[in-house]
Amino acid sequence: MSDAVWVLGTSMTRFGRYPDLDAVDLASQACMDAMVDGGVTIHDMDILAAGTLFQQGGMGQRVQKQIGQTGIPVYNVTNACATGATAIRTVHLAIKAGEAEMGLAVGVEQMGKMGLLRGGAKDDTNVYEPAGRFGAVTPIDGILGTETMPGVFAQAGMGYAYENDGVGFEQFAKVAYKNHLHSTLNPLAQYRKEFSMEEIMGSPVQSYPNTLLMCCPTGDGAAAAVLVSEERLRSMPTEVQKRAVKISASVLTSDPWVESGQVQPDVNTLTRNAAAQAYETAGIGPEDLDLVELHDCFATAELIHYDNLGLCERGGAGDFIDSGAPFRDGRIPVNVSGGLISKGHPIGATGVANVYEVTTHLRGEAGDRQVEGAKVGLAHVIGLGSACGIHILEKAA
Amino acid sequence: MSDDTTEDATDDAGVIPERLPIVDYLQLGDDPHLLANECTDCGARYFDRRNACAKCGKAEFTPSRVADDAVLKSFSIVHRAAPGIPVPYVSAIVETGDGTSVRANVVGLDDPMAAELGMNLVFTTYGCGTDDNGTECVAFGYAAA
Repeated sequence: MSDAVWVLGTSMTRFGRYPDLDAVDLASQACMDAMVDGGVTIHDMDILAAGTLFQQGGMGQRVQKQIGQTGIPVYNVTNACATGATAIRTVHLAIKAGEAEMGLAVGVEQMGKMGLLRGGAKDDTNVYEPAGRFGAVTPIDGILGTETMPGVFAQAGMGYAYENDGVGFEQFAKVAYKNHLHSTLNPLAQYRKEFSMEEIMGSPVQSYPNTLLMCCPTGDGAAAAVLVSEERLRSMPTEVQKRAVKISASVLTSDPWVESGQVQPDVNTLTRNAAAQAYETAGIGPEDLDLVELHDCFATAELIHYDNLGLCERGGAGDFIDSGAPFRDGRIPVNVSGGLISKGHPIGATGVANVYEVTTHLRGEAGDRQVEGAKVGLAHVIGLGSACGIHILEKAA
Repeated sequence: MSDDTTEDATDDAGVIPERLPIVDYLQLGDDPHLLANECTDCGARYFDRRNACAKCGKAEFTPSRVADDAVLKSFSIVHRAAPGIPVPYVSAIVETGDGTSVRANVVGLDDPMAAELGMNLVFTTYGCGTDDNGTECVAFGYAAA
């Protein structure tokens, strides 16, 4: 028996907007459903990791006060958009370390209609006073380049376009076309509408080349997973063991120093590093993947991650999307859930939700959107700052 | 507009500066330029106040002038921005002639869509606002060379 860690139970709420619930409601619901899915209770948990970015602190404890105060250690984790993967990573670490046999990871966000995520706006101060590490006298977003999310990720994509052939507005737009199309089959997606390329390229420009339909929405939602040690799994009924999905790799990286990193977040190196570690740990290569759920916060982001995750040849992301390879009927389906762009991106939840998605396909339980015969999948998220979380999941033999 | 040298806002109490740079790594005066903190050990350059070098870990820096010429390595035309920011504008990541990456706007284009990856640029400064004391804020950007 190996010392691998497995996903025993998992659940996500439909992503959307829930003004009558608070984040603790959403997180509690996801936790309770995940435990029911795994056939276990809060009394079986040795550790709780709660991931959220914008909610008030102490989310783990507030969830405990709703679903069970058993005195277990609680990790409140945050890593920007990689928060959810970090929650999973935390529980994984504890089990690997032999400090827990079973644990609960939850990611939650309640953003409502938060709108554009950006750098600080001009405040009411009317006298210039240098402040902060750059001695800035006024917010610099918009004066010294952009700090908006659509802009930063647009620049990441355009930087790739500068270095490689065959990448332009159309290639980025095709990513959004694909993900909106995929979402029509996912009942848990925030939006479930197909759009034409004309509609996508013609929707209001947020930060060229990212138009509105190429950007993920804000919203509310949660996802949770119960992880278990193999030793403990083997003591469980056969039918429970059969639905368990193995975590072949759980990797978290941060961004190593690069010369340009202080002016443009480098989302490439840390993804490449995480992918390399994950493939090596799992003993597979990208060609072995049956599906990928990656971090398409913006269409420009997904395109460069084809390259970073080794799904295409180095420099070949433009050809890759043009060839149809990442569509659900292509060589390597990417974001059949609809991705962040269409399924939604309640930030803390996403890293757990894409583990939910891959797990569901590996169990053969994905309904209309099922990738037939899926055996191996990869879940990837990036949080600016930065952090990259990758999990490789495999169907039980 | 006069070319008085910039006075530090924290200088003698009561002295109101005529101009202030938007960030302290922008040096004003007759020959405006960017001034980076350069690690004396490995040469990595930084624009912020440092505790140590993120590349090699050493904690000694020397001020180092950044070249004015640059190439456009990436950009985005921003249409949706924080309140008070005129749109659309061209956000740019440039690489200077001495290999330093800088983020700023491409300025002086009649049409933002005229920005082109790989275009040659040159450092420039411009006024970006005035406060209640009449102090002018000066920003930097890159114009077509």
